[in-house]
Amino acid sequence: MSLIEINGVDFLYQNDNSDRPALQNINLQIEAGDFAVIIGSNGSGKSTLAKLLNVLLTPSKGEIFVSGLNTNNRDNTWKIRQKVGMVFQNPDNQLVASMVEDDVAFGPENLGVPSSEIRKRVDKALEMVGMAGFQKFAPHKLSGGQKQRVAIAGVIAMEPECIVLDEPTAMLDPQGRKEVMETVEYLNREKGITVVHITHFMEEAVDADQVIVMNQGKILHKGSPKSIFRLVEQLKDVNLDIPVAVEVAEYLRREKIEIPDILSIDELVDALC
Amino acid sequence: MLKDITIGQYIARDSIIHALDARIKIIITTILIIALFTIDTFSGFGFFSAFILVVVLLSKISIKKVLKGLKPILILVLFTLFIHIFLTKGGQVLWSWKFISIESEGVYTGFFMVSRIFILILFTSLLTLTTSPLQLTDGIEYILSPLKRFGVPASELSMMMTIALRFIPTLLEEADKIMKAQQARGADFESGNLIQRAKSLIPLLVPLFISAFRRADDLALAMESRCYRGGEGRTRLHELEFRYYDFIALIIIVILAVAVSFY
Repeated sequence: MSLIEINGVDFLYQNDNSDRPALQNINLQIEAGDFAVIIGSNGSGKSTLAKLLNVLLTPSKGEIFVSGLNTNNRDNTWKIRQKVGMVFQNPDNQLVASMVEDDVAFGPENLGVPSSEIRKRVDKALEMVGMAGFQKFAPHKLSGGQKQRVAIAGVIAMEPECIVLDEPTAMLDPQGRKEVMETVEYLNREKGITVVHITHFMEEAVDADQVIVMNQGKILHKGSPKSIFRLVEQLKDVNLDIPVAVEVAEYLRREKIEIPDILSIDELVDALC
Repeated sequence: MLKDITIGQYIARDSIIHALDARIKIIITTILIIALFTIDTFSGFGFFSAFILVVVLLSKISIKKVLKGLKPILILVLFTLFIHIFLTKGGQVLWSWKFISIESEGVYTGFFMVSRIFILILFTSLLTLTTSPLQLTDGIEYILSPLKRFGVPASELSMMMTIALRFIPTLLEEADKIMKAQQARGADFESGNLIQRAKSLIPLLVPLFISAFRRADDLALAMESRCYRGGEGRTRLHELEFRYYDFIALIIIVILAVAVSFY
């Protein structure tokens, strides 16, 4: 069984007046250790999907299993939240304490971990996100990228199997985005943590194991980055920005110039020169 | 401009007063305040002042900084003084003009009350000067925790205070940003009389409140996703621990307080 199994899930917001559900008939498997990227424009239902994985919402129809635990069963809620950590968009609105180490400790404190063990976990988690030495800092003194990495550390300290990042880079400058993406990739590759990364920047999907494109509450495509990026026209139709290198390659191909599948500028350079 | 406001008056120093357990400091301050109200002589106040001086010296905080804490209450103090001088009657008439008169009893109680207020404020500001807000909230939580049995949500209260402290700088920054945005659109926060100025704050406060609520919503979601479910079963990274000198300090204070009250 996959780490995350989503079977025929619909979701309709209770106080929503529109008839269209936020999510319609979602079927998805995410394997342990995978780096999955969900892309979609505003209102595509990608954030709703993220909240379903963490039991902040439960499906209106269908079932979600997180390492075999059904999210519809209330008894599983806290177990699942420990297994699936969540990082949100706004770095300011998810840090609880006025000192970095207290914030990272917040999750383990809630789980009832003994205090000497919390100490170890906090220091380890901060080291993993490259924020060792910032233990006593106040969050408002940090840059956006640093805050977001502290938020990731706060999740890691709970020792989850999977991290769901809901547009963690949307409010950051390019430098912060780079820091956060490097951290997430490191955690996935070196520490074997499953990552579900939600974004509207297509560039961030380049290194994924699985890319899921969402539009209007439905899964439009899923597959490897290369198979997805070949669908340039369809992606443009759903208002997604295609990386420049991919677009250039597509135009060259149309001009009958032989060119392999391109994901990044480096690959394009290699292919052309 | 709003960034200059410091939160709390905590001054970090490496001293025995700072190292005392926050709970002990809160209890000591309470005992001293009670003792202060049992005193009815100026010599008692003199004793307390000497005690404060010793504590300030031990805490390595400059006396000037401590006295600065008295500034905000100066108006209140002067008001109390004048009310007593002019309205409390008794004793000799020192000065009179038409229906106004100053009598000795008034002058005495006036200065008496003022000294009491000054010492009271000095005690409490010594507590906040030497204890970080975080330790203070932790301390309050521990002191209130016996009341949990009667339904007092001690750990939730301390969580609320922690979050409030965390968000003060963030909200100040935001207020600053909104202020500049409104000024860029021609809002005027600085001229006009008091009522006009209060009115001009509305375009600042409304967006600030809306964003604060939005933040609260986000934060609640983030806390829930990190398994927060109230104070039950929570552990802490920093456990407060009593050390021997905490008890020594408490004993000294109790003896002093009893001695002063019966003196």
